[in-house]
Amino acid sequence: MNWDLFPQFLATGLLTGGIYALIALGLVLIYKSSRVFNFAQGHILMLGAFVAWWFTENLGWSIWLAFGATIGVAVLVGLLIERLALRPLIGQPILATVMMTLALSQVLQGAVILFFGANQRSLPMMFPLQPVILGDVRLKLNLVLAFGMAMLGFLLFVLFFRYTRWGLAMRAAAEDHQLAQSVGLRVPRIFGLAWAIASVVAIVGGVLLASISGVETNLAIIALKAFPAVLFGGLESIPGAIIGGLTVGVIESLVGGLPQDAAFRALHLGDIAPYVFMLLVLLVRPDGLFGLKRIERI
Amino acid sequence: MTWRQGESSPCLPFSLSPCRLKCMLKLNNIEVVYSDVILVLRGVSLEVGDGQIVALLGANGAGKTTALKAISGLLRTELGQVTRGSIEFDGARLDRLGPEDIVERGIVQVLEGRRLFAHLTTEENLITGALSRRNGASVKRDLEMVYDYFPRLRDLRGRVSGYLSGGEQQMVVIGRALMAHPKVMLLDEPSLGLAPLIVEEIFQVIKKINQQEKTSLLLVEQIAQAALGIADYGYVMESGRVVLDGPADKLRDNEDIKEFYLGLTQLGERKSYREVKHYKRRKRWLG
Repeated sequence: MNWDLFPQFLATGLLTGGIYALIALGLVLIYKSSRVFNFAQGHILMLGAFVAWWFTENLGWSIWLAFGATIGVAVLVGLLIERLALRPLIGQPILATVMMTLALSQVLQGAVILFFGANQRSLPMMFPLQPVILGDVRLKLNLVLAFGMAMLGFLLFVLFFRYTRWGLAMRAAAEDHQLAQSVGLRVPRIFGLAWAIASVVAIVGGVLLASISGVETNLAIIALKAFPAVLFGGLESIPGAIIGGLTVGVIESLVGGLPQDAAFRALHLGDIAPYVFMLLVLLVRPDGLFGLKRIERI
Repeated sequence: MTWRQGESSPCLPFSLSPCRLKCMLKLNNIEVVYSDVILVLRGVSLEVGDGQIVALLGANGAGKTTALKAISGLLRTELGQVTRGSIEFDGARLDRLGPEDIVERGIVQVLEGRRLFAHLTTEENLITGALSRRNGASVKRDLEMVYDYFPRLRDLRGRVSGYLSGGEQQMVVIGRALMAHPKVMLLDEPSLGLAPLIVEEIFQVIKKINQQEKTSLLLVEQIAQAALGIADYGYVMESGRVVLDGPADKLRDNEDIKEFYLGLTQLGERKSYREVKHYKRRKRWLG
């Protein structure tokens, strides 16, 4: 162990964790509004990265233009998935819907390989590569800025959720579907909105990740890190998503980076640690840290 | 007084009909089935006139709530459907519309049991009632209107509604329905689980809303006396049928009704069910 490097790995972990938090937000949002755990979240993210790559490679767009256009695609993808795959299952057992998201993940995986090929690609740089030095800690500027964008996205969403009519409608529908319908809210539309936003945050996270580590089908698996994040934070909690995301990033970074023994590192424990952590959390607190407590008056 | 046997003669003598002025809402002989097999309403007809309060009374399981849900369209969220008959509102058919469209047309149901969005604040709960309206501009004014009806809510506007008292929650729920500017409000047991004093207060506000906003009300109640006290007309349901109807004051004074449908025995003694059954049968023969 080299404790001198601790701040370095901690900071790197926090920055990556910010992106996990954004992806986790999408999961929380869909779970909150429709009680569905979206197993396809990682694959939507991967699709976004490939679409952004396609825009830059085949249409010659700049990365920022491609980024904007990919967000547009994300909205469409979210709305289409909700309309075509999820809405017909309203009223069916929740397991059917969850299986549907699993099926979706496989379909998306296949579609991406079919259209874009399975080769690893790379996006043009979104941010300059120079290092940022804070005392002992050296950080990559692109990671810092990606973290900043992820947090900005998170903040925008929280403001939307808190202060707009649609945000209020979403919070209401998340609590009680029948009651929401009784006051005239169109619940299927609200689901559509939830899927659209979840796709957007996934795809923003995907492009940010891909701009750092490359475009590949493996991105879907990297996004799986958001699962322990939401389970730690509580499936229904938005603050939980951010805390869970950061925690998972830090655990991954510390466990993967701190031990200096080469044989130990070869085990890639950093990839496994978040899931071990998830298991422990589930044993102690099945609802996660901020899982929703039902308000009951006595 | 019109006694009815099953589905016979849904027509009322003109002078007694609640729709003397203008009919807002009309149920024509509707039949409701849950899950394709459970027959819950077997031919219910009732009318709510413009600006009227109509009470819908009856024992538990008589089908009162189902009748309200049939009107508001919420039936379909519970696998129920109107299989026969029709529901008309302002001259148009309602029974094929979804609950959201029905709210948009001006009918809002206040669900039984003070159902609110427990994690939202009082004011957020009220605003959800206005979300279905196209013009969001008047929300502030409408909030003021609700706070005028229920002054207590003004101080509780920022409080998480799940922690309000039962009476306050009932006020939020009625206020939320009011935010949609309904032409007809369907109220399901606003007195449920509340102290008598609060019930009285709430009924007074209901009457006031009816008079000031010209909102027609269809009121389902167990406390028959309170409901008939503010209602213009009343219907009594029993096992999925309307068995009796008439102007509220007549229903209130009628001994038989008090005795057998509304549970208001004068002597304070209990009657056995056998006696009731016997009495009813005799009454039908005589009627």
